Amino acid sequence: MDVLGNYKSAISARSTDKDILKKAQDGGIITTLFAYALEEGIIDGAIVAGPSNEPWKPEPMVATTKAELLAAAGTRYTISPNLYLIKEATRSYGLDRVGIVGTPCQIQAVRKAQLYPIGMRDVDDKIALALGIYCMENLSYQALEAMVEDHCNQKMESVKKMDIGKGKFTVYTERGAVSQMPLKLIHKYVQPGCHVCLDYVANLADISSGSVGSPDGWSTVFVRSTKGNAVWDGAIKAGCFETKPMDQVKPGLDLVRKLATEKITKNQKNVDARKTVGLKADGTPKGLRNPYESP
Amino acid sequence: MKPAASKPQAKPAVKPTDVIVEKKVEVVQKEEKPVAEKITIGELHLSGCTGCLVTLADNYEGLFKLLDDYADLVYALTLVDVRHVPEMDVCLVEGSCCLDDKLSVEELKEARAKSKVLVAYGACAAYGNITRFCRGGQWNQPGQEAFVPISEVVDVDLYIPSCPPCPQEVRNVAVMAYLLLRGNDEQKNLATAYLTPLMQLAQRGNEACGCDLMYDVINQGLCMGCGTCAGTCPVRAVTMEYGRPNVNRDLCIKCGACYSQCPRSWFNFDVMNNYEGIMDAIKGAMQ
Ligand SMILES: Cc1cc2nc3c(=O)[nH]c(=O)nc-3n(C[C@H](O)[C@H](O)[C@H](O)COP(=O)(O)OP(=O)(O)OC[C@H]3O[C@@H](n4cnc5c(N)ncnc54)[C@H](O)[C@@H]3O)c2cc1C
Ligand code: SF4
Ligand code: SF4
Ligand code: SF4
Repeated sequence: MDVLGNYKSAISARSTDKDILKKAQDGGIITTLFAYALEEGIIDGAIVAGPSNEPWKPEPMVATTKAELLAAAGTRYTISPNLYLIKEATRSYGLDRVGIVGTPCQIQAVRKAQLYPIGMRDVDDKIALALGIYCMENLSYQALEAMVEDHCNQKMESVKKMDIGKGKFTVYTERGAVSQMPLKLIHKYVQPGCHVCLDYVANLADISSGSVGSPDGWSTVFVRSTKGNAVWDGAIKAGCFETKPMDQVKPGLDLVRKLATEKITKNQKNVDARKTVGLKADGTPKGLRNPYESP
Repeated sequence: MKPAASKPQAKPAVKPTDVIVEKKVEVVQKEEKPVAEKITIGELHLSGCTGCLVTLADNYEGLFKLLDDYADLVYALTLVDVRHVPEMDVCLVEGSCCLDDKLSVEELKEARAKSKVLVAYGACAAYGNITRFCRGGQWNQPGQEAFVPISEVVDVDLYIPSCPPCPQEVRNVAVMAYLLLRGNDEQKNLATAYLTPLMQLAQRGNEACGCDLMYDVINQGLCMGCGTCAGTCPVRAVTMEYGRPNVNRDLCIKCGACYSQCPRSWFNFDVMNNYEGIMDAIKGAMQ
């Protein structure tokens, strides 16, 4: 598969909903698509990264209203184990049509749960819309805390927005301060599992989106599956988005492709390096486990 | 290899332990069969709670579709009036094997000898599951206390973990087994790719625990905190604490669901990249 995955179309887009844009990370693609799908009955609810009682620590949540979607909008650069609720959404919440947003690895988990529903009873045909967000790497909560409080010198609870872009991690506070640190300094904080990740733009999502490739406030969108295509077409007809062709925006798809290639090449090397990390008594290399080969 | 529909013919009870997938497919590919012929499936019930058998039935109309078009159920407690283990293409074994019950051991060996693909169907057969906690003295067989995963007694080709396994998984395995044994080359390749990780699980060993998430995912630097394990566990023994699974080991029944469902236990891109086509194909097959 190509580093950008299979897709039917790539578009630069931005929500037409002002309330959503105020809360969203980029073009508000994810929140707008879920709000549209809820409205249309395409989904009964969506698993999103909701708020918790610690600042900037997400807690997976089943959102069934636009207000709940808004409460969960925006990126938290730490783990939100959204798959935790995937069976629960169909059980305790009684949803027949589940929406879910996730990083590429989480969308992989969704597809595995559908193709190999070993412990995922009655889930496979209830996933109605799986939306992916691009992801270079993720951080533990403690790592995020260290970056915000130690490196950027801001209190977690005073932060209004965090963003990664143009080689920097940027923190905006409620009182208008802006603190930054270079991205290369966060490398040591990246969770180890991300070093073997071979997907940047959620290749297995119905629709995936991220900021890279589009101008500020806009998002780059890949419409991938048949299901995703139908939802996207409907949302466009309903006037949910302004759009521009990808070849008319800067920096455009080339940058997305460049970053995807860099990530996958680097991580493929890491996967390969695991094979020869150790040493056997006979002098030949001893390897670590490779999940892409066998359990 | 003879199709099970023809004359019963005994196979050696012992298979080499290093049965490799490629070999198996090669053998299968030699038989030129019309695609329409059904495969035969049986369920051997050993020391299990019958939840696995019920799970098969929980496919509802899907089960009828399977039985109408793809598979004849030739052996199963209460569902089929056959007393003695017959020849079959696929034998689903439910339950662990009680070593104190001679009949169980004999029937398991016979099922091995008479089936092309022997499946540890459910956690008790694969990993012992709740029977791992048996210490004897229970009503009404106080003398029975030695229970082992079936792979301690016979070679097992494929695992379907979890307690109980999910109806959709056994359905998928049944459809894939049909494609493997009766399909064209392309279908055989797909079925082989699909079934491979479940066969590899059978080679991996017969001990499962929530600890596998520690040993084989987190300790190996592979966990990324998706939460699948916690969402999967049938007894809610797993919670997510700061992006990592935390297993309450007193609750864990050792069913193997969390680890096998984890996208970092295995992730086979050749199958997953084609998820849309495969899901459509299974859906189509069940219509
Ligand atoms: C760890 C991480 C790394 C990222 N890296 C990149 C990158 O390298 N390049 C790039 O272009 N984009 C990246 N993104 C995506 C980007 O930050 C935006 O999330 C994306 O563009 C969607 O914005 P939006 O305005 O369309 O969505 P919104 O309308 O703001 O909705 C975002 C949705 O994502 C959910 N969400 C928030 N945080 C998480 C989380 N941690 N895990 C799972 N779901 C979450 C929210 O609940 C919400 O439903 C990353 C996101 C994360 C979480
Ligand atoms: S880099 Fe990969 S493994 Fe890490 S959070 Fe992002 S998608 Fe998941
Ligand atoms: S399913 Fe695997 S990768 Fe996901 S949180 Fe659990 S152990 Fe980690
Ligand atoms: S933690 Fe849960 S899913 Fe994992 S083996 Fe134990 S009981 Fe099974």
